[in-house]
Amino acid sequence: MNGNVLLKMDNVSKTFPGVKALSGVSFTLRKGEVHALMGENGAGKSTLIKVLTGVHAMDKGEVQLKGRTITARSPQEAQTLGISTVYQEINLCPNLSVAENLYIGRVPKRRGSIDWKRMNEDSERLLKRLNLNLDVKQPLSGFSVAIQQMVAIARAVDMSSGVLILDEPTSSLDNQEVQQLFDVMRKLRDEGMGIVFVTHFLDQVYDITDRITILRNGALVGEYETSKLSKSSLVSNMIGREWREEDEHRKKEKSYSSEVMMSTQALTRVGSVKPVSLSVRKGEVVGLAGLLGSGRSEFANLIFGIDQSDSGILTLGSETFQSMNPKKAIRKGVGFCPEDRKVAGIVGELTIRENIVLALQAKKGIFNYIPLKKQQEIARKFIDLLRIKTPSMEQRIDNLSGGNQQKVILARWLATDPSLLILDEPTRGIDVGSKGEIRKLILDLAKSGLSILIISSELQEMIECADRIVVLRDRMQVGEISGDHMTETNIMKMIAEGGGTHEQYSQTGS
Amino acid sequence: MKLNLRINQNNIIIFSTLLLIVLLYGAGSVLYTGFFTWQVFFNLFIDNAYLIIVATGLAFVIITGGIDLSVASVVAFISVVSAALLQEGMNAYVVMAICLIIGIMFGAAQGYLIQRFNLHPWIVTLAGMFLARGASYFITTQSIVIENATYTAISKFKINLVGSNFISVSVVIALAVVAVAVYVAKYTEFGRSVFAIGGSERSAMLMGLPVPRITVLVYTISGFCSALGGIVFTFYMLSGYNLHLMGMEMDAIAACVIGGILLTGGFGYLVGPLLGVICSGIIQTIVMYQGTLSSWWTKIAVGFLLFLFILLQRVIVIRRQRRRVISHAAEKPTASGGDRRTPASI
Ligand SMILES: Nc1ncnc2c1ncn2[C@@H]1O[C@H](COP(=O)(O)OP(=O)(O)OP(=O)(O)O)[C@@H](O)[C@H]1O
Ligand SMILES: [Mg+2]
Repeated sequence: MNGNVLLKMDNVSKTFPGVKALSGVSFTLRKGEVHALMGENGAGKSTLIKVLTGVHAMDKGEVQLKGRTITARSPQEAQTLGISTVYQEINLCPNLSVAENLYIGRVPKRRGSIDWKRMNEDSERLLKRLNLNLDVKQPLSGFSVAIQQMVAIARAVDMSSGVLILDEPTSSLDNQEVQQLFDVMRKLRDEGMGIVFVTHFLDQVYDITDRITILRNGALVGEYETSKLSKSSLVSNMIGREWREEDEHRKKEKSYSSEVMMSTQALTRVGSVKPVSLSVRKGEVVGLAGLLGSGRSEFANLIFGIDQSDSGILTLGSETFQSMNPKKAIRKGVGFCPEDRKVAGIVGELTIRENIVLALQAKKGIFNYIPLKKQQEIARKFIDLLRIKTPSMEQRIDNLSGGNQQKVILARWLATDPSLLILDEPTRGIDVGSKGEIRKLILDLAKSGLSILIISSELQEMIECADRIVVLRDRMQVGEISGDHMTETNIMKMIAEGGGTHEQYSQTGS
Repeated sequence: MKLNLRINQNNIIIFSTLLLIVLLYGAGSVLYTGFFTWQVFFNLFIDNAYLIIVATGLAFVIITGGIDLSVASVVAFISVVSAALLQEGMNAYVVMAICLIIGIMFGAAQGYLIQRFNLHPWIVTLAGMFLARGASYFITTQSIVIENATYTAISKFKINLVGSNFISVSVVIALAVVAVAVYVAKYTEFGRSVFAIGGSERSAMLMGLPVPRITVLVYTISGFCSALGGIVFTFYMLSGYNLHLMGMEMDAIAACVIGGILLTGGFGYLVGPLLGVICSGIIQTIVMYQGTLSSWWTKIAVGFLLFLFILLQRVIVIRRQRRRVISHAAEKPTASGGDRRTPASI
């Protein structure tokens, strides 16, 4: 052991009722390194972090910080020890202002009272470092998940001394924001801090980390230097069987017929979506590309009726609608897997089974009760199909790991047997292995005649699934590409240049 | 302290309450002669000083997302304890100190049970409510009249304001409590943590706030305010009786709601309970002036108001949730901020 070791966890075990989440895991973090913690959904990454920071008590094991044995009994104690954390679920208070969320627990004071002016100024300065210009006096709830995630990161970074832990901090960020975060992380690393970084984006792992620790089923697989571990052996180690990076493959066979399943004509919502006209045929997979905030999720919200459109026409099958609401949309065979699962997706108090049949029950109406046996059958089917890692379908869903919760939401909408499925970031927070499965599932569903509208920040994923990709920019439909023209470069170009059709959006300075 | 008087979703309830107060008071003044006088206005405070104190303490609990049903019983208990001790000839100031200590310990005990054993506040404080009432029965079932010189002096003491109109010592205490509460809520770390817990207890815990301690403290404050309210009420009534103020906890909760404290926690201004109390006080006065109406009309009117305000709260919460989705698009930079995210550089 050299003197460089900052944090050392030894032989840590943790059992939840019915689940051995960690068994004898050891983990070493050195000064001045970014250390990736990798593993499939439910491997125990978040649990390791929570045990370290005192959210859960560990059953067995020892933690040493700078050579001293420590036991943090609460996140507060962990913070005092210099360990600051961004947990996987966003841990901020939506009712407080952005500034308060950044500083609560350590607010600047003047003569014993909170110095609001200084707090607001400090907050602005702090966020500027991450290139964010927000009205910090506004309550946090008014901002998007991405911004909230950035705020959580800013708080943790600013508080950190020694150890910074980031559990999937980049799940809602776009590339630009990720790069900004990485710049900050590099700087902190050079200052001698130890950073633990959890992500399912392999590219990010190779971009920023120095070392990788891999967990599988709650057990340690090993610690590796990033530069000496190939992508395929990384994934093989994670999933426990041979894995080879597949060649870039694109959807080859056309699965769609000429029958139009859904179409919109100049569907508009003032301030969120400028007129969008597109159609999806039966069995077709259409991708919606664009940067965060380009209007792609907002458009999906219009189709499902979460937001009301101001003008334009929506056609589903042979019926046209002026306005939509989620209940009607479900009845008409639309399924919607939302982007923000914590807010719009899971019902934390219900079990996995109940969460899965929720939308189906809504579709059938509450008087048409689905018998328990049938419910169990459905739940079992999707737990197997999506490889949801849980001891039982009667677990409360908020006891699942983040990625597995996402799978449950996906299952909920697949269970309704929809004719049009809208998937907004369906693989966010889902591990590499399962991503492939879900992609395969999407293609199979399309083949069986389901129409799919998919939104994903991972362009490669869309290219692999979609027949056609519609590009949005600044809440405006700017173009469409299909077939062999669908490459990341082409799409990025179109996002940047607005397809050449809208000069007013052409970029300066790039 | 700079006041920001822009109406927004956070303060709209406070503004509606203020407007309501003006309207009600205006209506009373138009309808009844002698209504529009300083003394009638001051009487609102004099008659309700105890309720203002109790509701303000309760507001802290409600903001964390909890509830304290024991407040009225504690007030009655304190009145009985004071009367009994004074009857024994104990020094008035010692009695007051004992009362406050009882309130603090009672509140802290409730908070500890709720926090430590993760019990629902409804259950614990409901038990506390019966306990406090029962304990007053235990001391005496009779109403005890207070003849202590200090108490009667304080009770009779008039502070002249605006000519010969006056307020009582209790009003000063009540307003001081409100002022301190407003300060604590806005300018102390504790106050903000109370709001944080109301926003999301789990997040507050993960952010490293001392959630257990704050939870206990909040119930302690409520207990303290109930005891203080009890003392003030004793000044007002000059008697101790275990049947005093049956169901007053609901008046306190109603005052909070009408004053814009969200029952689900996380939102509200600490002047709110004061305004809520004044609001129902005016209604009561109008009913009194009317003369022919039964006093139950106050309850009916307050009930109706409550219904309206809860509806208003609900609408605001829904609006707030909806705004999330929309603002997602709105906050992103448009053409002017475009250089921030130059896509080509990705
Ligand atoms: N509070 C809890 N109660 C019961 N089981 C839990 C609890 N938290 C986690 N688990 C279980 O522990 C296991 C590990 O979960 P953990 O959240 O650590 O996974 P993870 O590696 O972070 O996965 P992901 O990549 O999906 O976030 C899972 O099987 C999960 O169901
Ligand atoms: Mg996790």
